[in-house]
Amino acid sequence: MKILVCVKRVPAPGAKINVTADGSDVDAAHLGFTTSPHEECAVEGAVQLVEEHSGEVTVLTLGPGESEEQLRYAASVGAAHGVLVEVDGNGWDPQRTAAALTTAIEGIEAERGRFDLILFGNESADAGGFQVGVRVARALGRPMVQGIKGIEASGDGSGEGTITARREIDGGFEVYEIPRPAVLGVMEGLNLPRYPTMKGRLASKKIEIAKLAGHADEGGQSRITLHRPEEAVSETVILGTGAEAAAAVVDVLDELGVL
Amino acid sequence: MLLVILEHEDGVLVEAAREALTFGRTLAEKMGEDLEAALIGSGEDSLVEAAGQYGAETVHVAAPVELTDYSPDAYGSIVAQMVESLEPDAVLACGSSRGNEVMAQAAARLDAPFVANSLDATPGDDWLITRVQWGGSLLEDVTLEADTPLLTCGLHSVASEPGDEQNPDVEEFDAELDASDLITMVKDRVVQEAGVTLPTAPVVCGGGRGVGSADGFGQLEELATLLGGRVGCSRAVTNLGWRPHSDQVGQTGTRIAPEIYIASGISGAIQHWVGAMASKHILAINTDREANMVVKADWAVIGDLHEVVPAIIEEVKRRKA
Ligand SMILES: Cc1cc2nc3c(=O)[nH]c(=O)nc-3n(C[C@H](O)[C@H](O)[C@H](O)COP(=O)(O)OP(=O)(O)OC[C@H]3O[C@@H](n4cnc5c(N)ncnc54)[C@H](O)[C@@H]3O)c2cc1C
Repeated sequence: MKILVCVKRVPAPGAKINVTADGSDVDAAHLGFTTSPHEECAVEGAVQLVEEHSGEVTVLTLGPGESEEQLRYAASVGAAHGVLVEVDGNGWDPQRTAAALTTAIEGIEAERGRFDLILFGNESADAGGFQVGVRVARALGRPMVQGIKGIEASGDGSGEGTITARREIDGGFEVYEIPRPAVLGVMEGLNLPRYPTMKGRLASKKIEIAKLAGHADEGGQSRITLHRPEEAVSETVILGTGAEAAAAVVDVLDELGVL
Repeated sequence: MLLVILEHEDGVLVEAAREALTFGRTLAEKMGEDLEAALIGSGEDSLVEAAGQYGAETVHVAAPVELTDYSPDAYGSIVAQMVESLEPDAVLACGSSRGNEVMAQAAARLDAPFVANSLDATPGDDWLITRVQWGGSLLEDVTLEADTPLLTCGLHSVASEPGDEQNPDVEEFDAELDASDLITMVKDRVVQEAGVTLPTAPVVCGGGRGVGSADGFGQLEELATLLGGRVGCSRAVTNLGWRPHSDQVGQTGTRIAPEIYIASGISGAIQHWVGAMASKHILAINTDREANMVVKADWAVIGDLHEVVPAIIEEVKRRKA
């Protein structure tokens, strides 16, 4: 089973997200970077499918050169190949991103054959555009479903056959059964991603990352600025220290009528 | 004309659709245009009537017989067909899981831009839109250059409110679907959970890394049960395997809106906070007076949750006795 996972490098902020002085981007000067959580689960999901059915996982990202770190991380937990579509900065709009990824995927498939399954995160953790995967699937002419938290492949997972996918809704889930080759937008909760082993880490240093230059026309959405929402600042009332505070806590619960 | 795509379930206009119409009324007014609505998959009277209560003057109904359940491809295709033949000035849906998916599918077919999760939109030659990033931790101002602007409003970004009641005209929309549009139709539905769910629980007892173990959640379970609520947790906890992901509160988990959120041993990272901030009240229990959760809470207890939570349980039992 040949699976492609598209991931995005995003900053990992703590208590607050700061914006650069000109408002053009997140101020990541003191931040670490990570893979969007949905996509971490997508990588794990792909690795599990390949462990079950045999095959291999390729990871693809569009981003700055440093995104190689996220591709190597994916390799450390089981991906076999990494492809980086290198672009300046982080501000590509969704149409442009999708067009460049589509071109990259067509190129990879022309060389190495068609992917049975392509996974995206449901939305990126930062921009949250909810559309890149859908646009790529459409451009490739493949069925695509978003919001997926469960994946199974029929037969040996490759060539003709189906993908069964589960989507959580309030109080239950929907089941989709779509023919391969298919595309899914997955969400955290699909699985619990493994941590890299020492062996995985060493192996990930050695994999070759193919680099492509990103070219695509700009889409119709362009950023003017980023800013933080206004927040109501409230004074915290300290009800007490340790177990002694219990009576005051229950007074509050009583007042709110939740006792 | 502003066309609002309405989400519905079992003959009921879901809350997201009511929000879209509420947002749409303000937007249509700014545009100086009429507010019309679209129902896909069903044109039941109850749905048309509800759309009228929220101000829709005309309701377009596309219900091809072969479309027996939700399908992102079919729904996206129908919205794209509506853009082409009804020629709306803009199309709006609510940014629910489905709303964003359907609009993305339509945009992909039309090769047009789509702006997800808007909070405010100013029509013009180029539209000016404020939208959500980072699940609500940041906002982005964008310009949108499009023949027909396609957008969603952020889920729960407006409170739904009925408008000047209309008795809408119903227009049948003749949608053409081919077999490929039906490939992604829902095959089966499984009902899993009855009773209070995390998004609707009146009390949520949340635990973070400070709880220390999977077993440590026993006390939070007990407190939640006593208060008729549910247990929630942070991503640190799901990553450690102490709780299932369905308990996770936050950007990549569930958004909660209880009467009170009791957050124990949770630092209050921004991605957790965006899932908790719709809570009416927040009580933090933490050893660290400076933790973000404590700073942002209405009330806090400073101390070890392993001492504080059992004491609260005892006190609740005593008063209930
Ligand atoms: C893109 C992205 C998306 C994310 N999405 C989510 C999400 O949806 N939900 C989410 O929760 N996180 C999310 N995170 C992770 C988030 O950034 C934090 O890492 C996480 O919320 C921290 O969990 P925590 O508060 O339990 O742990 P910590 O930050 O380690 O905090 C533990 C707290 O417990 C307190 N404590 C310790 N011992 C005790 C004790 N005995 N008694 C009382 N207090 C004690 C400490 O003082 C501290 O405040 C996301 C991260 C990224 C990058």
